[in-house]
Amino acid sequence: MKPHTLSVLVENRAGVLSRVAGMFSRRGFNIESLAVGTCEEPNMSRITIVVNGDDGIVEQVMKQTNKLIDVIKVSDLTERESVERELALIKVAAESGTSRAEILQIADIFRAQVVDVGSKTLVLQVTGDTSKIDALEKLLRQYGIKELVRTGKIALLRGAKTVKSSK
Amino acid sequence: MKTGARTLIEALQREGVDTIFGYPGGVVLPIYDELYDSSIRHILVRHEQAAAHAADGYARASGRVGVCLATSGPGACNLVTGIATAYMDSIPVVALTGQVPTGLLGNDAFQESDITGITMPVTKHNYLVKDANDLDRAVQEAFYIARTGRPGPVLIDLPKDVSTSEVRSTKPLAETVSLRGYQPTYQGHVRQIDKALDLIARAERPLIYAGGGVVLSGASAELLEFAETAAIPVTTTLMGLGAVPGDHPLNLGMLGMHGTQSANYAVTECDLLLAVGVRFDDRVTGKIETFAPNAAVVHIDIDPAEIGKNKKVDVPIVGDVKAVLQALLRRMQKHGQTANWIARTNAWKAQYPLRYRDDGCLRPQYVIQELSDVLKGEGIIVSEVGQNQMWTALYYCFKKPRTWITSGGLGTMGYGFPAAIGAHFARPDLPVVDVAGDGSFQMNIQELGTVAQYHIPVKVVILNNMYLGMVRQWQELFYDRRYSYTELPPVDFVKIANAYGVEGIRVEEKDGVREAIETALATDGPFVLDFRVEREENVFPMVPAGAAINEMIGVRQG
Repeated sequence: MKPHTLSVLVENRAGVLSRVAGMFSRRGFNIESLAVGTCEEPNMSRITIVVNGDDGIVEQVMKQTNKLIDVIKVSDLTERESVERELALIKVAAESGTSRAEILQIADIFRAQVVDVGSKTLVLQVTGDTSKIDALEKLLRQYGIKELVRTGKIALLRGAKTVKSSK
Repeated sequence: MKTGARTLIEALQREGVDTIFGYPGGVVLPIYDELYDSSIRHILVRHEQAAAHAADGYARASGRVGVCLATSGPGACNLVTGIATAYMDSIPVVALTGQVPTGLLGNDAFQESDITGITMPVTKHNYLVKDANDLDRAVQEAFYIARTGRPGPVLIDLPKDVSTSEVRSTKPLAETVSLRGYQPTYQGHVRQIDKALDLIARAERPLIYAGGGVVLSGASAELLEFAETAAIPVTTTLMGLGAVPGDHPLNLGMLGMHGTQSANYAVTECDLLLAVGVRFDDRVTGKIETFAPNAAVVHIDIDPAEIGKNKKVDVPIVGDVKAVLQALLRRMQKHGQTANWIARTNAWKAQYPLRYRDDGCLRPQYVIQELSDVLKGEGIIVSEVGQNQMWTALYYCFKKPRTWITSGGLGTMGYGFPAAIGAHFARPDLPVVDVAGDGSFQMNIQELGTVAQYHIPVKVVILNNMYLGMVRQWQELFYDRRYSYTELPPVDFVKIANAYGVEGIRVEEKDGVREAIETALATDGPFVLDFRVEREENVFPMVPAGAAINEMIGVRQG
């Protein structure tokens, strides 16, 4: 059992996300994270799904996803050279001068940006892979995380190869 | 002005639709108005579920796409069981539903239901057409998707204003459909085919396990030629009955939970299993770990997702069964020495024939044997679900594909009678018989109204044991004979039939069976035969749940 990152090219139509998500839930496949948005082609969207399972399960996931008429292509990026990113916004308590300074220092080390400054809170924006965001979250917890939101993972193949062109 | 409704009818005609099974309602009024003087025949059923089953029966009997039509909300929801039935057995059906006007969508309007959402898990694909200009193409795509690749049902949801509004698009449709997300593989990979042939050449105890995919692909002739050329015995699934003649010397009969001893023993002993158009369903495999434990497995199927889903496969071949069998035949140089193996399977057949107590009582197996004797394979047999279905599968000798119509995957009680109506319109040249139980028949008994109205010559053979027989059998065997809610009070089916204007006979003695069947078949029109059979007869052989398929009960042990 390990997480697999699947890149799914779909028709940009109403209901596509619900077809994909519905198929996952009724066949008992667990979605760890999911990100969807437009892509380089105007009438396609790309869904990046992280799914947990052994190789047999992931093979079934890919085949069943591929069967959906609105799905154009499914690729498993896990074993391939790819860049993977997530983004998180973290609202952290920063009332005293010392904690505010410490938080800014931590943000600097993680190359997180301060995107909102309030009298009692700071909102940090951080991008990176899952473990980096986990690490930042862990460090900030001592100051008091008021709210946190993470996007699903998105990923692309490295180099000239694209999901559409590769087998 | 050309409306959406008019466009729909023209599109259906272009797809070759001659018959629609349906039930009118508020939002489909514009479509019904167009049907009124159209060349398409519309059969008015008595419940929308029957429309879906009839379209499915039409498709199974003909190999063409069946079509049903219902209004929004309850009408559409009533189709769902029928659509799910077709989906599980890969049957090409196009279901048309009315929908509330686009402006009211999502508003909980009168008779609104989200039918594309509801049917997403049980359709191959579905459409909610929001613009009349998209309708023509949606219909073309729906029929293409339904009948190609692994067939299946497709639903088109049509808001009322789409039916009434003007279609302005004048751009003609492309001749062929091309969908970038849907490109089925038809030809098997040559290297995989050669790998399979290599296994066949070396096998000593090969077995063909053939299923519904053979029938859907129209590959019966190829399968038979392949089995005969390579001298390999064949067992079929419930859905594969008729793919190979029931009385062919290489045919071992059905395998699985109620399979024959020879078929189930052959699976357990074979060294090469050639799985053709099957999906290793749990009712076939029993305990999957012990299914074909000594065999290398070749799996031929058009749906790549079926390969490796339940059972590890050594040589997967994705492709159309017919095309792959043709390639196998073309490239076969030699085959294994199977004479000893065939002698062994023949010995099983001789030693373990199907048997039941033949004691002068009216037993259901006897009724099916008589029906088989009278029809000699020249007819279409439809079944309901339960004991009636299994006795028919075991005791009727099917000789041709598409002469056996049954709900295999979903196991839908109430399927048979409306499916038989559909089968009649597909093959009006053949007698159509629905073998029913008293439980199943009562699930869509209202269709007596339909057969009476259109004088549809469907014959219903009720194996009436006044029980929900299969459930009662399980209660007898595994629940200490505690018959919890499985006994049905007697019903006078002849009187009910007569009330609808349909003829019927009740038969209580074994002696009367033959004559009753002949009378029903000789009658021009529908007929109901109420056979009062032995009440606690069981279907044997039987593999208990969770057991290996060679561990059958109700049989003489080898």
